[in-house]
Amino acid sequence: MEKKEFHIIAETGIHARPATLLVQAASKFSSDITLTYKEKSVNLKSIMGVMSLGVGQNADVTISADGADEADALAAIGDAMTKEGLAE
Amino acid sequence: MSEMLKGIAASDGIATAKAYMLVQPDLSFSESTVEDTDAETKRLDEAVEAAKADLKIIKEKAAANLGAEEAEVFEAHLTILSDPELIGNIKDKISNDKVNAEKALKDVTDMFIAMFEGMTDNAYMQERAGDIRDVTKRVLSHLLGVTLPNPALIDQEVVIVAHDLTPSDTAQLDRNFVKGFITDIGGRTSHSAIMSRTLEIPAIVGSGNATSAIKEDQMVIIDGIEGEAIVNPTEEEIVQYTTKASDFAKQKAEWNELKDAKTVTADGKEFILGANIGTPKDVVGATDNGAEAVGLFRSEFLYMDASELPSEDDQFEAYKQAVEGMNGKQVVVRTMDIGGDKELPYLPLPEEMNPFLGYRAIRISLDKQDIFRTQLRALLRASNYGRLAIMFPMIATVKEFKDAKAIFEEEKAKLIAAGTVVSDDIEVGMMMEIPAAAMIADKLAKYSDFFSIGTNDLIQYTMAADRGNERVSYLYQPYNPSILRLIKNIIDASHAEGKWTGMCGEMAGDQIAVPILAGLGLDEFSMSATSILKTRSLMKKLDTSKMKLLAAKAVSDCETTEEVVKLVKEFTD
Repeated sequence: MEKKEFHIIAETGIHARPATLLVQAASKFSSDITLTYKEKSVNLKSIMGVMSLGVGQNADVTISADGADEADALAAIGDAMTKEGLAE
Repeated sequence: MSEMLKGIAASDGIATAKAYMLVQPDLSFSESTVEDTDAETKRLDEAVEAAKADLKIIKEKAAANLGAEEAEVFEAHLTILSDPELIGNIKDKISNDKVNAEKALKDVTDMFIAMFEGMTDNAYMQERAGDIRDVTKRVLSHLLGVTLPNPALIDQEVVIVAHDLTPSDTAQLDRNFVKGFITDIGGRTSHSAIMSRTLEIPAIVGSGNATSAIKEDQMVIIDGIEGEAIVNPTEEEIVQYTTKASDFAKQKAEWNELKDAKTVTADGKEFILGANIGTPKDVVGATDNGAEAVGLFRSEFLYMDASELPSEDDQFEAYKQAVEGMNGKQVVVRTMDIGGDKELPYLPLPEEMNPFLGYRAIRISLDKQDIFRTQLRALLRASNYGRLAIMFPMIATVKEFKDAKAIFEEEKAKLIAAGTVVSDDIEVGMMMEIPAAAMIADKLAKYSDFFSIGTNDLIQYTMAADRGNERVSYLYQPYNPSILRLIKNIIDASHAEGKWTGMCGEMAGDQIAVPILAGLGLDEFSMSATSILKTRSLMKKLDTSKMKLLAAKAVSDCETTEEVVKLVKEFTD
C-alpha cells in the first residue's frame, strides 16, 4: 500500500468540478483508492463519497492506494491535484 | 371530432403540429420481496445502463443547442450513475434485504439526498440533492418501463403541452422543432408567456386543462392571436387556420417594412420603441424587430442561469455584448431584481410571508453591497462600448435612490482612479413600480435621470392584488383610471425636471393602452420585441393632439376600466 498527504489550497476545497476530476483520475486504476480526512475514509472512485466529506481550504488529506498499480495511481492523482490548483 | 380549448393568448401566431406531452409520468411503485436477487440486480444494471444512454444523448444535444456549459449538468448526472458507492449500496440492499430494485434504489438515494440536503452551510452541495433526485427518477422510469419527457431530444415538429414551463424546460427547447406551446397555468406575464414572445413562437397559457384534454401525438392547432387551441382539427379547420396563418404572415410582412423606419405619429411626433431583453443573445431579436433601444435588460437572468454568483468579468462580457449589439442605441440595464418570485439556489433568502412585499431587488442590493458593487463595476466597464444606462428596481423612497446612486458614484470614482475608461454620460434612473414612489415622482425626478414604469408590479401594488393569484386576477386592470393617474403623475413630474419617462411593462405594447400613453406624453415604450412593429404601425395612425384629449378624458372623466376601453375605441376608430 502507498500513501501520500496533500494540503488543500483551493479556495472552495474539493467540490464540484475538482471532485469530478479526481474521481475520474482514480477510476482509471484497478487499485483500491481511499481519501481520508479527519479520520473518515471514503472511496476516491465515488463522487458521492468524496463530496460527502466536505473537504475545505487548508484541509490536510491522505490518499492511499492498494493494488497492482498503486504507485502509478498515486502519481496520476497527484498530477491532477496540482494541475487543478487543488493542493500543493 | 375536434375540441376547442380556451386560454390566454401569450404570443402571436398560428402553429399546427403533433402534441408533445411535457408531463411527468407516474413513478409510483409497490415494494415487494424478491427470491432471485441476481435477476433483480440485473434489472437494476439494465435500467442504469439505459439511463446512461439517455443522458449521453441529452448531453450531446444540450451541448449542440445550448453550449458546453449547459451540458455539464448532464455530465454530473452521468458521474453519479457511475458511482460505485451508490450503485454498490443499492445492490447490497437488493441481496441483503431481498427487496425489489425500485425499493432499494429509493432507499439508498433518499439517504444520500438527506445527507446532501443536510449540508445547510453549503448551497452547492444542497443543490446536488436535486441532481440525485433527477437521476433517481430516470433510473426508476426505466425500471417501471415508462418514458420521461426529454425536451432536449425532440427531433420533429411539435406543439408542447405542459402544466407550466420552467426556465430549465424552456432552455432545452429547440426552436427548429418546437412550433408552439400550451400550458395549464400562467398569465400574460408569467415566465412561460414572456419566453414564448422572446422565442417568437405562438403560445397559449392558462388553458386550465390542456394536459388532461390533449393526448400525446394528437394534432393540435395553437392560435396564439385569439388564445384558442383546436385539438384533433377537421380538414376544414386545418384549411381555415392555414389561411389565418398566411394572413398573419402577410400582416407581419407589412409590419416588417417598418423595421428601419422611425416611430412617427400621423401628426409627425416621434416616440422611441424599445425591446425588453433577458440575455445579450436577445439583442438579435430586438434589432430584427426594429427596436430603437433596449428599454429593459433584465440582468437577473445572468444570476438565475448560473450556479453561483456571476463574476464581474462574466457580467462585463454580457453587458458589453448587449451594448455593442445595439450599435450606439441605448441599452437600459436594470440591476439585479431577485426576490419575489425569482429565487437563486446559491443565494438562499429567508422564507417570507409576503415575498413580493419583502426582501427583494434594490433592498437586497443595498444590504448585500458586495453583490451590488460587483454588478455596478461590470456595468461601468461596459459603458465604454456603447450607450449604456442603468436603473434600480423597486425604489420606494428618495433615500434609497440616493444611497444606490452614491454607491454607483463610489465605484465609478474607484475605477477611474485605477485607470479604467468609463463613459461620461451614463444615465442613472429608476423603475417606477411602487405607488409610494409614483406619488413623490416630483421629488425623485430631481435626482433620477429618467423613470421607467414597470406596470406589472405597479398594478399589483396599487390594486393590492397578487398577479399570480387567479382568484383576484380581475383586479389586474392596466386601464383603470387609478393606474392611469399614477402614470400621468410620473410622466408629468419627469418632464417638469427636463427628464424622460419610459415604460417597460407589458402595458407598453398593449394596443388599447398605447393611444392613451402617447396622449400622456410617454417618451419611450419598451416591450417584447415581437410587439414593436405592430405598435409602430399603430402609432403611424395616431394623432397626438387627439390622443391628448383622449388621455385627459380617460384620466379625469372615466370611472372604470370598461369606460376607458370604450373611450379608446371611440377615439381610434
